[in-house]
Amino acid sequence: MKRVQFSHSPIPYLFIAPQIIIICIFFLWPAAQAIYQSFLLEDAFGLSSQFVWFKNYKDTILTDAWLQSAGFTLVFSFLVTFLSLALAMLLAVKANEVIQGARTYKTLLMWAYAIAPPVAGLMGNLMFNPLIGDLYYFLNAMGWDFNHKLDSFDAGFVVILIAVWKQVSVNFIFFLSGLQSIPKSVLEAATIDCKSNLRRFWTMTFPLLAPTTFFLVVINITYAFFETFGIIDTTTGGAPGGSTSTLVYKVFTDGFRGNDLGGSSAQSVVLMLMVLALTVIQFRFIERKVHY
Amino acid sequence: MLKLSWHAISGHLILILGAIFMTAPVWVAFMSSTHSAETLFREGLQAWPGGHFFENYNEVLFVEGGVMKRVTASMMLWNSLLLGIGFAIGKVVISTLAAYAIVYFRFRLATPLFWIIFMTLLLPLEVRIIPSYEVVAGMGLLDTHTGLILPLIASATGTFYFRQFYKSVPEELLEAARLDGANAWQFFIDILIPISKTMIAAILIIMFVVGWNQYLWPLIMTTNEDNYTLVIGIKQIYQVLSEGGELPQFQKAYALTILATLPPVIVVLVFQSWFVKGLVESEK
Repeated sequence: MKRVQFSHSPIPYLFIAPQIIIICIFFLWPAAQAIYQSFLLEDAFGLSSQFVWFKNYKDTILTDAWLQSAGFTLVFSFLVTFLSLALAMLLAVKANEVIQGARTYKTLLMWAYAIAPPVAGLMGNLMFNPLIGDLYYFLNAMGWDFNHKLDSFDAGFVVILIAVWKQVSVNFIFFLSGLQSIPKSVLEAATIDCKSNLRRFWTMTFPLLAPTTFFLVVINITYAFFETFGIIDTTTGGAPGGSTSTLVYKVFTDGFRGNDLGGSSAQSVVLMLMVLALTVIQFRFIERKVHY
Repeated sequence: MLKLSWHAISGHLILILGAIFMTAPVWVAFMSSTHSAETLFREGLQAWPGGHFFENYNEVLFVEGGVMKRVTASMMLWNSLLLGIGFAIGKVVISTLAAYAIVYFRFRLATPLFWIIFMTLLLPLEVRIIPSYEVVAGMGLLDTHTGLILPLIASATGTFYFRQFYKSVPEELLEAARLDGANAWQFFIDILIPISKTMIAAILIIMFVVGWNQYLWPLIMTTNEDNYTLVIGIKQIYQVLSEGGELPQFQKAYALTILATLPPVIVVLVFQSWFVKGLVESEK
């Protein structure tokens, strides 16, 4: 809020109106619909519906399929977040140190930001395709009886690999800019005090990157929850047997393919609550422990 | 004297491996798109250029029935451009205006409206996808560009970028403008917009990439082949590929993949410094 401002008038409402109107029509109204529908049960033909309180929640959330999906989403989000952050941090630290070829490295490591998740998914999917995929042959030649169409572990491996690949570049950009904002004088003092590169990383660089890391953890969890939809849809499609179906993917398949509007809406509402909880955790707990 | 320590060598090694990891899949896709279907089927993926570049890309881009029944890749390219540019411009226009109202005015509903805008950040389109579809269908906007772009603009990321930026604009600017007799609209158009040019360019670039790369929403929104974007088109051709009894046309799938990748990649590479600045600054 600025100290100097324009005074009372209808003008600000005109400026803010386009955004608010779009939000009301395409955000608030659908979100309210989702909540309302989650309490309704439609008959098989969609002709009539009745208010059933929490029946939809009971019937969809407390099922093995949903719990399996929730379990996969947790493992998947953890692994994708951890692996892509670790890899990006390693690359950013190295890219910040080298002198020759620094620009080329940076460009090559960050350009994949522009690639859409479903495009990354399709490229990865073709590499694991039994007809032409080199990685498929390679893994089988290595003695791994690899088949991501049938084996749920292998399917999870493919999805996680592609999701990590797609996310490394974003994390790399943020870590690099975080590293570059560390003052030169601090770096020099640290180099004089401590000769070991590894120790200097853990005692100085890593703590100084904590705010960036924390921010990226939230970004990456959101990515793993929502944006990986395109990757999953173009690789495994949740198969085999729903073992690689994230919660968002399940909302989509139940609602559109399964035509279960009430159940799908109930799942949407639960997802919304989970995202809200994540935001609260972000503001309340973690930010206090990170020193800026 | 060039002093190479073990530390420096290992650093380069890690970076080279990282660069290979990030580029190899796209390189292989590009190279494979220049070979014939027979070569790909017989020998698998290709790491070096083949002789079918013009043939493959010509067929995909301009020949009807080359990729799908009617629509060609050049039409999909056009749809993708419309979505990317429309999304970017729509987002920038709406969010510069809204951020201006939030930062520069004191009005009664300011706080509740701010919270409504903030809420959209928390709930992505994915969680309310089915009711959103029904709303757009109810308005008769399925298979239209308006129906495609407007719901995507509803999220308020852009508004927060500009709010952050406007807050950093010195207050003296508004005082001076008011002494000179500028009204609210003049201050916005003649002063605020010109000084946020770099910021606007950065956000336009980021939003173009985000818009171009949209997947789930266009996927359920467009039923008419004529409205397919490239990202959606690849998925369709891939489905055809895995069903067909004939020789699978992998080279076409790869050509389409490269076409879908190229424009956003070029934009990001050409405007690299702006793009990085916009991405990092905006998240503060």
